[in-house]
Amino acid sequence: MKWLEGFGKYFVMLTIVFRIPEKLSVFRKRLFDEIEQIGINSIPLVALMSAFIGGVISLQTASNMSNPLLPTYTVGYITQSSTILEFSPTIISLILAGKVGSNIASEIGTMRVTEQIDALEIMGVNSLNFLVFPKVIAAVLFFPVLVIFSMGLSLTGGWIALVLSNLSSTDTYVYGIRYYFEMSNIWYALTKCIVFGFIIITISSYYGYYVKGGSLEVGRSSTQAVVSSSVAILIANFLLTQMILLS
Amino acid sequence: MIEVKHVNKSFGSTQVLNDISSCFDKGRVNLIIGQSGHGKTVLAKCIVGLHEVDSGEILFDGRDFCKMNRSQRTLVRQEIGMLFQGSALFDSMTVEENVMFPLLMFKKMSKKEMLDRVNFCLDRVNLAGRNKLYPSECSGGMQKRIGIARAIAMNPKYLFCDEPNSGLDPKTAIVIDNLIREITYEYKITTVVITHDMNSVMEIGDSILFIHNGHNWWSGDKKSIITTDNPEVSSFVYASEFMKEIKDSITEKNK
Repeated sequence: MKWLEGFGKYFVMLTIVFRIPEKLSVFRKRLFDEIEQIGINSIPLVALMSAFIGGVISLQTASNMSNPLLPTYTVGYITQSSTILEFSPTIISLILAGKVGSNIASEIGTMRVTEQIDALEIMGVNSLNFLVFPKVIAAVLFFPVLVIFSMGLSLTGGWIALVLSNLSSTDTYVYGIRYYFEMSNIWYALTKCIVFGFIIITISSYYGYYVKGGSLEVGRSSTQAVVSSSVAILIANFLLTQMILLS
Repeated sequence: MIEVKHVNKSFGSTQVLNDISSCFDKGRVNLIIGQSGHGKTVLAKCIVGLHEVDSGEILFDGRDFCKMNRSQRTLVRQEIGMLFQGSALFDSMTVEENVMFPLLMFKKMSKKEMLDRVNFCLDRVNLAGRNKLYPSECSGGMQKRIGIARAIAMNPKYLFCDEPNSGLDPKTAIVIDNLIREITYEYKITTVVITHDMNSVMEIGDSILFIHNGHNWWSGDKKSIITTDNPEVSSFVYASEFMKEIKDSITEKNK
């Protein structure tokens, strides 16, 4: 029954988060701060992961293409499909759940145990709206940017790996990437990453905001936030794929 | 003035506050004292609405806080300043930003007006010129003073201080006590201080409420607490050997 209570508390929290901010100028400043924290500071990690995994995807695909009946541009096509459909939106979101999620849960959790949230409430500030709303908007706005960036770098990583290993030419790879390219896949990926961004921020904030105790509990809540957001991302990924791709 | 009428509060099956009634007067330092774990902080958190009471009334100048909706409470809370036990300053903000924060959120003031107000408040707590420091760069006593500056930034009608002296050396503790008293008298604020520090009680206690096992056990002033024959209050006041010696010398003198 505890998980059911947790669900209820989570949805009640959302109703408090999504209210008009008390002061728009303060909200705007916090939004830009959060875009920097959540988005811009994640660029190096996303870039590194995307370039290397893109390279690995293309090399593994090329090494398994032993059938002469398969056209050589298939490597580019498969790299493009796996990057756009799954790697960039889902795997990058899972990585961000670790980086951003634990950061948010420990930040808000520390504010809770050091009474900073109580201080906000006593001043008359809606602490959930003040702390969480800008993070949600920042993630929803910037996660698609990160995912597009990841797609570009992943495909570039694949191209560099193939060309350096003499497994394919640039023309063939680019032809493969453009072959049977569907714009709807990009929209599907962006829809997914917006949902995943929302999940990461709200679940991590939930664990941070309702933490009780001291530093030990803040650490635990941070771990729980990452685990729960990762599980929620996997479930949401399955449901979204069912709804969007197979409908 | 804050009136607390028949307040009850429990957590699960544990009754923490039991039919507490009291009145905290304007322009006076009202102390809530008692042993740790007997309900002092819970009572203060109930008064400011951080905990919901199970039953009873809390009146801020006649306005029943328990019956207010969120937006009505927000308005009352803008009249409240609170100094927390651990200061509760925002780590990511400078001293100036911390003190300016409530003004930024709720007042329609120009940047210059806000800065003037911040400088006035910092000057009032003897921290002029420390605007650009971060809380982590300040000592415990300075953090408490910044907390007071932030609490008075909005010109509050009510000031709550949760164990303002905890973790401070006796000299700094007296500085904080005096500051609370001066601000209370100067701005005619209704001040409520939660403490178990007898030095504070003797220094600033205009009116004292003693809470024992969640009950309103005793109330009086700093003179009457010395002479009370209430066993629980007496054992709290004279818990230390030093205070016992003082009591004995007073008794001998009276003979």
